Amino acid sequence: MIEIQNVRKSFGDLEVLKGIDLTVQKGEVVTVIGGSGSGKSTLLTCINGLEPIDSGRITIDGTEVHAKSTNLNKLRRKVGIVFQQWNAFPHLTVLENVTLAPRKVLGMAKAEAEAIAEKQLRHVGLGDKLTTYPSRLSGGQQQRMAIARALAMSPDYMLFDEVTSALDPQLVGEVLETLKMLAEEGMTMICVTHEMGFARDVSNRVAFFHQGIMAEIGAPDQLFNDPQHPETQKFLANVR
Amino acid sequence: MFDTALTANDLVFLAKGAGITILVTAISVVIGTLLGILFGVIRVQLGPVLAAPLTFFLDIFRSVPLLIQLVLGNAFVGMVLQLQISGFTVACIVLSLYTSAYCAEIVRGGIDAVPEITRRAARSLGLTWGQDMRYIVLPLATRVALPSWIGLALGVMKDSALVYVVQVTELLKSTQILITRLQEPLFLLLICGAFYFVISFPLARFGGYLEKRWSND
Ligand SMILES: Nc1ncnc2c1ncn2[C@@H]1O[C@H](COP(=O)(O)OP(=O)(O)OP(=O)(O)O)[C@@H](O)[C@H]1O
Ligand SMILES: [Mg+2]
Repeated sequence: MIEIQNVRKSFGDLEVLKGIDLTVQKGEVVTVIGGSGSGKSTLLTCINGLEPIDSGRITIDGTEVHAKSTNLNKLRRKVGIVFQQWNAFPHLTVLENVTLAPRKVLGMAKAEAEAIAEKQLRHVGLGDKLTTYPSRLSGGQQQRMAIARALAMSPDYMLFDEVTSALDPQLVGEVLETLKMLAEEGMTMICVTHEMGFARDVSNRVAFFHQGIMAEIGAPDQLFNDPQHPETQKFLANVR
Repeated sequence: MFDTALTANDLVFLAKGAGITILVTAISVVIGTLLGILFGVIRVQLGPVLAAPLTFFLDIFRSVPLLIQLVLGNAFVGMVLQLQISGFTVACIVLSLYTSAYCAEIVRGGIDAVPEITRRAARSLGLTWGQDMRYIVLPLATRVALPSWIGLALGVMKDSALVYVVQVTELLKSTQILITRLQEPLFLLLICGAFYFVISFPLARFGGYLEKRWSND
C-alpha cells in the first residue's frame, strides 16, 4: 500500500504540491490526469524518493520513504518507474539494460538475470531485440524496454509518467497495450497520462490534479461523466 | 644529408631519451588521469560553490606555464621540504598535477553530458550512487571525453620536453646534446621528430579505433 499524507513540496518559491493525500491499495490502478505543471511528475518522483519533500509523509508498505533511516536503494527495488523522456542506457544492449539492476542490485547470477530479462522482454514484445542497442529502437520500443527493465526487478508497484507522450501517434497504442496487460495481471500502478480513453479503461480510480492540489478523485465513470470540481469540468471539456 | 657523424651509440643515446619521454609521459598521464577523475567527480558532486577551492587550486596548474611550475616545484621540494628527490620524480609529480588539472575539466564535461534522466533511471532501479557512477556515468562520460583526453595525453607528451629544467635528459634534451656535439641540427631534429611521431601515432590511432567502435552503440 502506498500512503501519501499531506505532502508539500516546493522548488524555490514555487509550491508544486500543496498538501496531497492519496492512498493506493495493493492491486489498484490509479491514473492521474491534469494540466501541465500541476505537479503530477513531481509526485511520482517523490514517491520513490528521487525528490525530497518539504512536509507530510509518504509510506510504502509501512516504510516511510523520506525518513533518514530508510534505505532508499532497497526501497526502490519494489517501486519501478518509467519516465516520459526516453531513458535507456545507450552503451548497453537491450538485454544488458534489463539485466544490469538484477545483477548489480539484487546480486543475481548472469544466467539467471538473463533468463528473467528475456522473459520480461518477450512479455513486452521485444524478444527479438536482445542484442540490439537502444539507439536502433523506435520510441515505442524504447519505452517498452524501459518497462521490461523496471519489471525485471519484480517490483510490487509501478509508476508511469506519461510514458506515451513523447511518442509518434502510431506508436502510442503498443505501449498502452503493454500497460493494460500489466493492469490486468494485477500490478499496482499509478499512471500519469494524457490518454483519457486509457484512463477510463484501466483505472480503478482517476485523480485530477490542478495547480498542486488533487482537486478531485473518483471512479472513472463518475469522474469522466459527472465531474464535480469546476476545474475538472473545464479540463475535460478541453481535452475532449 | 646522409654524410653524417651520427653513430649507432648516438642513436642508442637518443632512444634512451625517448624512453625517458615515454616513461615520464606514461606515469604522468596515468596518475594525472586517476587524479583528474577523482577531482572531476568531486567538482561535479560538490557543485561550483563548495568546489571553489579545488577549482582554484587546479586553475593554478592550468594557467601558470609548465616551465615555471617545474622550476618552482623543484625549488619547493628541495629548499622548503628539504627532500632529496630526483629530478625525474619532481618532473613526474609536477606533470601529473598539471595533467590532472586539465583532465578534471574533461571529466567534468563528460559527466555533465550524461543526461539527468538517464541517471535518475539508474537510481530508480535501486543502483547506488557508486554503481550509477561505475556502470552508467563513467562509461558514457568516457565516450564523450575520449577525443579531448587523447589530445591531452599527446599534449603532455610534447610538454614533457620541458622537464630538462629539472635535470631530466629526455628526448629533446638528448637531441640538443647531440646537436651541440655534431653540429647537424636539421638532421638530428628530423630524427627527433620521427621518434615523437612513432610514440604518438599508436595512441592517436587507438583513440580513433575506440571512437569508431563506440559509434555503433
Ligand atoms: N527540478 C525542478 N526544479 C525547478 N522547478 C521544477 C523542477 N521540476 C519541476 N519543476 C516545476 O514544478 C512544476 C510542476 O512540474 P511537474 O513536472 O510535476 O508537472 P506535471 O504535472 O508533470 O506537468 P506536465 O504535464 O507538463 O509533465 C512546474 O512548474 C515545473 O516547472
Ligand atoms: Mg510531467
